[in-house]
Amino acid sequence: MKSYAVEVEKLRKSFGKQSVLNELSFKVAKGTVFALLGPNGAGKTTLIHILSTLIKPDGGSARIEGYDVVSAPEDVCRSISLTGQFAAVDEVLTGRENICMMCRLSGLSSRDSRIRTEELLAQFELESAAGKRAATYSGGMRRRLDLAISLAVNRPVLFLDEPTTGLDTVSRRSLWDMILQLKQQGITIFLTTQYLEEADQLADEIAVLNGGRIVAAGTAEALKSRIGGEVIELRDRFDQVVRTIPTNGSVNDVRQQLNEIAALYPPDTRIAIRQPSMDDVFLALTTNGTKEASLA
Amino acid sequence: MNNVQSRTQPSPVSAVRIHEVRPPSLAVTNAVFIGRSIRHSLRNVESLLMAIMLPVMLMLLFTYVFGGALDPSGGYVNYVVPGIILLCAGFGSSGTAIDVATDMTNGIIDRFRTMPIRSMGVIAGHVVASLIRNLLATAIVFGVALLVGFRPDASLVGWLGAIGLIVLFILTFTWLFAAIGLVTGSPTAASGYGFILLFLPYLSSAFVPTSTMPSWLQGIANHQPITPVIETIRALLTGMPAGDYGWKAVVWCGAILAVALVWCGAAFRRKAGRR
Repeated sequence: MKSYAVEVEKLRKSFGKQSVLNELSFKVAKGTVFALLGPNGAGKTTLIHILSTLIKPDGGSARIEGYDVVSAPEDVCRSISLTGQFAAVDEVLTGRENICMMCRLSGLSSRDSRIRTEELLAQFELESAAGKRAATYSGGMRRRLDLAISLAVNRPVLFLDEPTTGLDTVSRRSLWDMILQLKQQGITIFLTTQYLEEADQLADEIAVLNGGRIVAAGTAEALKSRIGGEVIELRDRFDQVVRTIPTNGSVNDVRQQLNEIAALYPPDTRIAIRQPSMDDVFLALTTNGTKEASLA
Repeated sequence: MNNVQSRTQPSPVSAVRIHEVRPPSLAVTNAVFIGRSIRHSLRNVESLLMAIMLPVMLMLLFTYVFGGALDPSGGYVNYVVPGIILLCAGFGSSGTAIDVATDMTNGIIDRFRTMPIRSMGVIAGHVVASLIRNLLATAIVFGVALLVGFRPDASLVGWLGAIGLIVLFILTFTWLFAAIGLVTGSPTAASGYGFILLFLPYLSSAFVPTSTMPSWLQGIANHQPITPVIETIRALLTGMPAGDYGWKAVVWCGAILAVALVWCGAAFRRKAGRR
């Protein structure tokens, strides 16, 4: 009985003297969306590369659908689909040819490949551009084509490395909808992102990766509550946020904070007390020293 | 907002069976990659035209511009055709270095590597496409050569032998260029290194007999792979005995091919294998 799609235990990887992943451990339940959140250089792509068998870890273990990435890479490859950080499409081929090629390489017969290709073109709204070379596609179209390619056949685990980086808001939202549809189909989705909103919108579980370690993990709600209640947000007369200060929301704490604020900021500074956003959580977790870190 | 567990619907809707599909056979994998590379070749119109036009231009140049000085009797075209064909094959196969380097720097190779297929087929695809491209160019060169006065005097066996050796030569150089494409970091670098190899035909008996060269250069020209290949093809096409050149040509090509294949395998594993 394999109840986890991804199991990582004390995983280590360094490049030369630089340690990239430091004793990582976590699990992803089947059929859920897991978001690995972290700044650039946190080790997100390295982790995806290890989990998808592209590189070998230095120590620890990682299993996908119960298969070890080092000792059973072929079985892992049969269980996953990878959408890398840069849309990995063949620019010389058309959208239709790209999908059809991957259907064939995934093991479908040539007749089934043709049928499946048309289905995917429709599912990802690429029919009108199907006959054009991928080089002429916009960023959003390339991403959709990339995702369509990943779904040629049904693999239980889908890796998405920064799926919406560089996309405009409309394309991003449409891609989110498509990712949520995939989750409805029972696919486990492992995505990396540097956008908090993305993790918040899509993920059942979030792990924050910083400096090769998981500094926090849990649901979006749990992470937000970790920061301790609410935040006081200060805005200047141009309506710019000048500072956010965590507070437990009690009269005493807020009064004390206000005394300090009154001494430091001009009298026309406006304040609001609100729930912490993922941004607050992120800043608090990825910089050293929680108090100073919550400075916006 | 999306804490709905949906494990009860395991299947995306599709008219075809997409669950637990068996990986494709090696033959299918290679056929798909060959088809891909042929499409690439056909769509890269500039390269395709260049691969055909350059040898034709060179042949016209050598026949009409230099030919008169090199051999006033007008028979130079019969001498130079094998050299042009090898030059054309070398040039045509050098494109493989660029194709391979481009694939290696694009994210697409990572996708191939995470599929349950033998991903080295992507290189084999480029090699086969290069062979087809080059044979097409060779046929055109032969055609133009006949138009400008090339009169081969070969038996059927001679023709088959010449074509066989040309195929071997093209494969050898294409695999060599594929290895160069794998070890160089970028398509631009790949095309630069490839260029060096293209000078080899000039330092051989392709355009003038090596006996006309200074003695130190003869040493190089007589002991490099192009000369025996040229002499063998020339002998086969003109119906003359090839002598020692025949086996020397095959051994040279075979040895370089073996080295190139091993080099390619190692470079592919290092660059695109599981690290």
